[in-house]
Amino acid sequence: MSAETMLDPRAMNSPADRHAAATTDTLRANELSLGYGARQRHVTVIDSLTLGLPDGKVTAIVGPNGCGKSTLLAGLARLQLPESGAVLLEGKDIHAYKRREVAQRIALLPQETHSPEGVTVHELVRFGRQPYQGALSQWSEEDQRLVAEAMAAADIESLADRELASMSGGQRQRAWIAMALAQQTPLLLLDEPTSALDLGHQIEVFELIQRLAHEEGKTIVMVVHDLASACRYADHIVAMHAGHVIAEGAPAEVVTPELVRKLYGVECRLIPDPDTGTPLLIGVRRTSERLSGSAT
Amino acid sequence: MQAEETSPQVRRPRAHAARMTHKVSGRLALRQVMPLACLSALLTCLASLLWGAGDVGPWQALQVLAGQGSDQARFVVLELRAPRTLIGMVVGMMLACGGALMQVVARNPLAEPGLLGVSAGASFAVAVALLLGMEATGMHVMVAQSGALLGCLFVMSTVRMSGARQDPVRLVLAGAALSSLLVALTSLALLIDQRAADEIRFWVIGSLAGRSLEALYSSLPSILLAVLLTLWLARPLSAMVLGEQVASGLGHHPKRVRKVAILVVALLVGAATALAGPVAFVGLAVPYVARALCGADVRRTLWLCLPLGVTMLLSADVVSRLVVPPSELPLGVLTTLMGAPVLIAVVRARRLPTL
Repeated sequence: MSAETMLDPRAMNSPADRHAAATTDTLRANELSLGYGARQRHVTVIDSLTLGLPDGKVTAIVGPNGCGKSTLLAGLARLQLPESGAVLLEGKDIHAYKRREVAQRIALLPQETHSPEGVTVHELVRFGRQPYQGALSQWSEEDQRLVAEAMAAADIESLADRELASMSGGQRQRAWIAMALAQQTPLLLLDEPTSALDLGHQIEVFELIQRLAHEEGKTIVMVVHDLASACRYADHIVAMHAGHVIAEGAPAEVVTPELVRKLYGVECRLIPDPDTGTPLLIGVRRTSERLSGSAT
Repeated sequence: MQAEETSPQVRRPRAHAARMTHKVSGRLALRQVMPLACLSALLTCLASLLWGAGDVGPWQALQVLAGQGSDQARFVVLELRAPRTLIGMVVGMMLACGGALMQVVARNPLAEPGLLGVSAGASFAVAVALLLGMEATGMHVMVAQSGALLGCLFVMSTVRMSGARQDPVRLVLAGAALSSLLVALTSLALLIDQRAADEIRFWVIGSLAGRSLEALYSSLPSILLAVLLTLWLARPLSAMVLGEQVASGLGHHPKRVRKVAILVVALLVGAATALAGPVAFVGLAVPYVARALCGADVRRTLWLCLPLGVTMLLSADVVSRLVVPPSELPLGVLTTLMGAPVLIAVVRARRLPTL
């Protein structure tokens, strides 16, 4: 418990204080529990988690495989009904909104997307306007303008008429991000946006994400596998282990050798990046000691 | 299903530029293809009025259409061929759209209601109803639709079988097994009933011969319902092709959409089967051609399925009347001859087109 208090400045406060401290966040989880499976084989993945996602910043959710990162993101996007607790969007339970209303506030880029054959970038981005289209409403000039803007923001305009199938992984991911941008939402949730991309394409996507938060004021929450990229590109890190948040805050504050050991069971040293000042992991090697079971 | 592709009011310079470069190599815009497809549908309708069994040749039939001609010719063209053409048009459109919808729901380009046992489910339900002594023509439609729904639900449950996602042929195998079982049971039920051989053939192979407009009228309410539901479905279905979570993220309900789509397939295929018996391959070949012409978006596919469905079904019907005069070939045989090569082409293609 002592290591934890050290890692998480908020952990010292009572739950009520934590709640009050973060009610300004547009999206937050309040005592949220998520799980799946029927009664017999039931698994609780997220256990009574309270978390605020700072507005206008890039938040990276990190943690080992199976710690519940993606489940948390699904819960935040209203894809999963909580067992208890709630996800609050603008202070209101997210399940009190209609799906469509949520889609006008939160854009989601899941890990599993399917790029059908013959679909062009422009056609994909147009899908982002669907949350605003009624059964009888026509495609408007406004929609057309927002689609063009989204493609410009994701720097994919020049590829508008290329088929998704014919593009590189990084370009395709930018096209998907453009679709999410066309939703015109203050919040953007991304599940491992750079998995399966090589280093060049990873940076292409991360820099886009960073620009969207810092220049366009979007609140971005992304699940990231790689702690180094999270340190480099996120303003806020949420470290998860076994369904609990064990640390959260700015990368320079929360990422410590103890945290890395707890999360991944590896030893490392941290130095500030000479260019950006963000924590840089060096001398990473295995250790036998790995946090097991519940982190509370 | 809105006229998104053709909305004329968008004329901002930037928007215009994006629109100008909208064409993708090897693919045509809907507004380029649609007039030609409608023309081909009209020509086959005309052919269906002009040619047929009996003494009334194309020239006499043309005279009737011009408002002249003998009483006998008038009767043949207006009372026999015109209703048959109308029924053929409706059946063609329903089967093509049913196939296109089923392919999106199953995410499988081979998901064809005729091959997967949906039509067979409909005929089997009608055969059982006939065996139990049902007579009224109006009831056929609902019974057929219920049977189609059961067949559809059964075969769609196999989509979740392991491997069915990766290998689209497995779904077809499961469907073929269900289909042959149901066809055998249908024949058996009809044999027990001791009806004329023609009746049996109708419910096993399908034909447009001697169908009355009454059957069409009685299926109109369900067709209307299916059309309305399809208009509602088109946009969410198009998003589901991008992945289930993506569709949820765009504000849709994938589970609900899938259920409604299956219901629509059952309504369409059930009504088509009640009208013309089981007719295979229209739901495979027509959407396949539509996608090849205009791309994978289900909204465009559905629009194009309307004229192309009419074209395929009526051309098959016209040929079925002409090859062995004075008798006819069953319609289902002709559509199979036309559609089976498409199936082989799809399966032989190195990479199956994904939906």
